[in-house]
Amino acid sequence: MTSMTSAVAILPSQQLAPLNEAYRKAVARKRLRVALGAAVFVAALIVAAFGAEVNLKTFFTYIGNFASYFDRILKLDDGSRIWTNVGEWFWGWQKWLRLLGETLLISYVGTLIGAVFAFLLNFFAAENTSPVTWLRFVVRRLLEFARTVPGIVFALIFVIAFGLGPMAGLLAIAIHSTGALGKQFSEIVENADMKPVEGVRSTGASWVSCMRFAVLPQVVAGYASYALLRFEINVREASVMGFVGAGGIGQELVVAIRKFYYSDVSAILVTIIITVFIIDIATGWLRGRLFGKEART
Amino acid sequence: MNQVPAPDSDQLRARYPQVFERPASARLATPVVALLAFAIFIFGLVDLDFSPTRFFNGLHELGWISLLMLPPDPGSSLPLYLKSMWETLSIALLGTTIAALMALPVSLLAARNVVPTIVRFPVRRFLDSIRGVDTLIWALVWINVVGLGPFAGVLAIAVSDFGAFGKLFSEAIEAADRKQVEGIRASGGSALHEIRFGLLPQVLPVIAGQVLYFIESNTRSATIIGIVGAGGIGLQLAEQIRVLEWQKVSFLILMILVAVAAIDWISGKLRFAIIGRRAVA
Repeated sequence: MTSMTSAVAILPSQQLAPLNEAYRKAVARKRLRVALGAAVFVAALIVAAFGAEVNLKTFFTYIGNFASYFDRILKLDDGSRIWTNVGEWFWGWQKWLRLLGETLLISYVGTLIGAVFAFLLNFFAAENTSPVTWLRFVVRRLLEFARTVPGIVFALIFVIAFGLGPMAGLLAIAIHSTGALGKQFSEIVENADMKPVEGVRSTGASWVSCMRFAVLPQVVAGYASYALLRFEINVREASVMGFVGAGGIGQELVVAIRKFYYSDVSAILVTIIITVFIIDIATGWLRGRLFGKEART
Repeated sequence: MNQVPAPDSDQLRARYPQVFERPASARLATPVVALLAFAIFIFGLVDLDFSPTRFFNGLHELGWISLLMLPPDPGSSLPLYLKSMWETLSIALLGTTIAALMALPVSLLAARNVVPTIVRFPVRRFLDSIRGVDTLIWALVWINVVGLGPFAGVLAIAVSDFGAFGKLFSEAIEAADRKQVEGIRASGGSALHEIRFGLLPQVLPVIAGQVLYFIESNTRSATIIGIVGAGGIGLQLAEQIRVLEWQKVSFLILMILVAVAAIDWISGKLRFAIIGRRAVA
């Protein structure tokens, strides 16, 4: 550090000395701050390690199990590798494909219902279009509640209210999507240009007409883009809804994992991963087609 | 005000045919797509056993449940719940930190401007596969390895975030400016020097922001991995729902909401302190 500061010494040394001194002090202050931050962070980690019952001994004793687990799920019952007998590996492909289809339908219908409700609510939640302040407050709190409570918690409760089956998962995903999309939609509306609204209003139009003819044309592309992204996320979410009995492929997976049907675990995981890949690529392509390249990220 | 001359529509039509006579395929595209989307929607409702009677019966039931939830009341289990909450926050913090530490070196191997495509492509696909598997599934797998408890939750969050971080970090690295790296090379630095002094100072603030954001979102994930037995408040929540103790359920949900809001607030402040105003939004 010293060699670097003196390497640019063009000034006489008595002028340079205070400058060097000030620089050194500034660097020292910054280092002290970083060191303090790091110390606080490490302390928080240690406290957390106690909270999470981290036990490195267990970890190192059983870490071998993690590797051998993947070794085991890649073997068939008779001990041969799964890829030597793909027919045997995917023995249940008809059932799994049907459940996978159910998972996709749950996320599709859930996303669509969520998007419709988010669409109906977001104009009330956006700062610049909400007609009354108290209404905005209420709608915002509702949306916040819907997106902060995890989808699977809704599913747990809905399974009791609506009975076991995909309907509970569907409604859970719909509610969670309403919350998440409602926020994102209202943010797009807040970024919209308000001049068209003034133009429409000056013709004596009602609030609904203002939204329809001045705001909607600006925001509808953004809505569709976010809804597609949400669909992508919901496919993942729907794949675990079955863990609590709310439909989809998760049911089969949790049984396979808990009962140690090793090759089934890998087969179902592979189908889920491939499906997620395909959906990612398809929605990415669709967003690119619909809204140009910049919307793809 | 000047009178605007009345437009001669025939002449306009002749001059701009592409505006007035769009091909049938372009005009029909929107209604066809909308109709198709609606058809799949209806098919989905039927296939998923969605019936209005079931729906309204369920709503009725849900109304009862909501009434039974009031007022939220932890009973005598408050100390247990507070300990579970501490467990949950610990899982989120540790899991995210471990994931970030593991992902940093791997993300270099997934960045276009650091390694050639032949390395990048398999690393990317590997990270994608990890991301394709939900945190809850990882939790189930880790329970098989290290047993029930919060430690399995930490490892589950660490692994699933590792996939997400690897991708995000490598994108941050790809967006970094090339000039600093060239400067280091021009002064005779090695490849490692280029990464340490040319790349890291540019990407660390971005990465810090992302890590903080993930601690926030992992607080949410950590509240639910308990449902499959991997520790934290989710375990209590799932148990109380199963035994229909609705007052305790609503209290636990309230605790989760408050904790998530608190973490949101703290991480917002920290992000502001680390990277300044522009990254907060």
